Amino acid sequence: MREGAAFRTDPRLLEASGLRLSKQGVALLNIDKLVLDGAGPTLILGPNGAGKSLLLRCLHGMIQPDAGEVRQGGRRLDSLACGRQAMVFQQPVLLRRTVQANLDYVLRRQGLSRMARAERCAELLDMGGLAPRARQWARSLSGGEAQRLAVLRALACDPEILFLDEPSSALDPASTKAVEALVRQAHERGTRVVMVTHDVGQARRLAGDVLVLHRGEVMEHTPAAEFFDRPRSRAARCFLEGRLIL
Amino acid sequence: MLLSLRVSLLAVVFAALIGLPLGAALAVGRFPGRRALIILVNALMGLPPVVVGLLVYLALSRSGPFGVLGLLYTPTAMIIAQVVLVTPIIAALTRQTVEMLDAEYAETLRSLGVSRLASVPTLLWDGRLALMTALLAGFGRAIAEVGAVMIVGGNINHVTRVMTTTIALETSKGNLALALALGAVLVILSVLITGAVSMAGMRSASQEVRHA
Amino acid sequence: MIRALVLTMAGVFGAGAAWAEVIVLQSTTSTQNSGLLDAILPQFEAATGHEVRVVAVGTGQAIRNARNGDGDVLLVHARAAEEEFVAQGWGVERFDVMYNDFILVGPATDPAGIAGSVDVVTALAAVAAARGVFASRGDDSGTHKAELRLWSEAGVDVGGASGGWYRETGSGMGATLNLAAGMQAHVLTDRASWTAFGNKDGLEILVEGDARLFNQYGVIAVNPERHPHVQAEAAQAFIDWMTGPEGQAAIAGFDLQGRQLFFPNAAR
Repeated sequence: MREGAAFRTDPRLLEASGLRLSKQGVALLNIDKLVLDGAGPTLILGPNGAGKSLLLRCLHGMIQPDAGEVRQGGRRLDSLACGRQAMVFQQPVLLRRTVQANLDYVLRRQGLSRMARAERCAELLDMGGLAPRARQWARSLSGGEAQRLAVLRALACDPEILFLDEPSSALDPASTKAVEALVRQAHERGTRVVMVTHDVGQARRLAGDVLVLHRGEVMEHTPAAEFFDRPRSRAARCFLEGRLIL
Repeated sequence: MLLSLRVSLLAVVFAALIGLPLGAALAVGRFPGRRALIILVNALMGLPPVVVGLLVYLALSRSGPFGVLGLLYTPTAMIIAQVVLVTPIIAALTRQTVEMLDAEYAETLRSLGVSRLASVPTLLWDGRLALMTALLAGFGRAIAEVGAVMIVGGNINHVTRVMTTTIALETSKGNLALALALGAVLVILSVLITGAVSMAGMRSASQEVRHA
Repeated sequence: MIRALVLTMAGVFGAGAAWAEVIVLQSTTSTQNSGLLDAILPQFEAATGHEVRVVAVGTGQAIRNARNGDGDVLLVHARAAEEEFVAQGWGVERFDVMYNDFILVGPATDPAGIAGSVDVVTALAAVAAARGVFASRGDDSGTHKAELRLWSEAGVDVGGASGGWYRETGSGMGATLNLAAGMQAHVLTDRASWTAFGNKDGLEILVEGDARLFNQYGVIAVNPERHPHVQAEAAQAFIDWMTGPEGQAAIAGFDLQGRQLFFPNAAR
């Protein structure tokens, strides 16, 4: 399956090369080559401190690595132009405004007309089941609703790539399910999903491919179908068996 | 009484126009001398009004650099003095508010593609409750102030005589009862305005937590 | 930027002081607190159409403000300082306008035993000898200058007693009278401020009628050669009116509690 030319023009193709990041002499990331092609979603697994969040932030362009570069669709990440990438954090930070104003904030930055914004906003709220909450203060939402709003806000500008950093680690099963449903919808609409998780079950439910990170290095990057049956790395096997990996 | 309000409100408006952007710049900006500037602004919060009055007098006096404008002994001079007094308060409190909010928002806004500069209006707007308190603190200082406006306004009847200078004048005439009554009016006025703004602020704050 | 802001604000308020018919009168607290200026200035304004804005401070500060050009005309009471002001070219010419007198006020209990005396210098010496508390203006005002002159005639060095029985308030007449009432102190005041003062509280006049307590007020126009922006014509009109029959009659006609407080004595 060498469709290199076609992939290279795919604006969702993410490539990282020679990624190095260290702090006070401790290597935090050390990745020679990472290519996220395929349809995804890519689920990044690994123990605490493996560098999952750092990798996500490097891919998102929020952290400058000490060395190496990240390319999206063959082009260097220059600025985080809304519309290309979006990110959902573990703890959603919502603006001190109403639910719909949180979405409108992003939409207005795209220069949409008032009509178009209202339409898109209603569409998003419906999608996340937050329509009844539209005029409520975002800060008064429950944890699950807040995270759903954060996902909707990330999706508001139709990003090519959506990063999620353990979005449901603090949520109950029902809320986790709702967030996963949103992620799946985004994936089906063609957004490339890259998500960090702790939860093997979540990886099973969502993953198209799995990337295992340990001590800042990629242990393996395997299609999901293969990964859960025959993980290649020892770290992945430990992880799947629920044993502690150090 | 109306003159008091007009002078102090306008002073707060002008001080806000300077203090809000200045405070936000100190909170969000990264430039050499920033720390020193923050310490300076914090220190200026405690400027003695009489010193400000004297400096503004020297600047606006006919023998001073701005003498040709003929502003001494006008309400404008009083506004200038109060702007000098109030701006550091608004700037310092804005700096604190915006900095705290920025610590929370920075990553999210960055991810949404909002530049540091463009994040300033967002931070100011989302910090509006705390900033309203900063403006009230400034207004409180302005309306209660007597030393500076006495010097640069001259306490001229019907022109630059405000509540506080009237109280000072009546006290010096020994009309303590009248001075006290005027003082009560000033306090009530101040409480009403502060109360109205605080109520508006609390209402929107309570809306925020109602469904929490 | 600042200049633009200032100009904008000046526009908002109509740049009051720039109107030709508005003059700033640098005067003393005694003429304002007694109510004299409130009584006679409307008559001047009605007669001439000029508006007078009064800045009431101590004589020393009034003269300094006028020297800075922050006033068009002076109405003060410290003859030596006024003549120096004219001699140095800051003022055009000095005219006598009116007089009243200083009085020595003190606690009704009269601890220094000076009540009824008509010799103020001896009385002050007695206060000093008794270490009776004395409240001084201490602000270079006309009253303060007069008080220092009397102490020097009495041969008392008040500088050495400062902070002890001799207390300098650094404030206006009214504030000093309030302080004297609070401390039951002796205080030298002009009669007008005392009569109009509403918080006498245990104080009464102890010494009056000494020729050395004479208190002359003078009026001076600020020299337009030094400060070209001053309203020289309106200032001269003010002086003409104050020293003319109308102004002199208005001053004589002002009374408080049935008592005349200022006595016109213009030379013309």
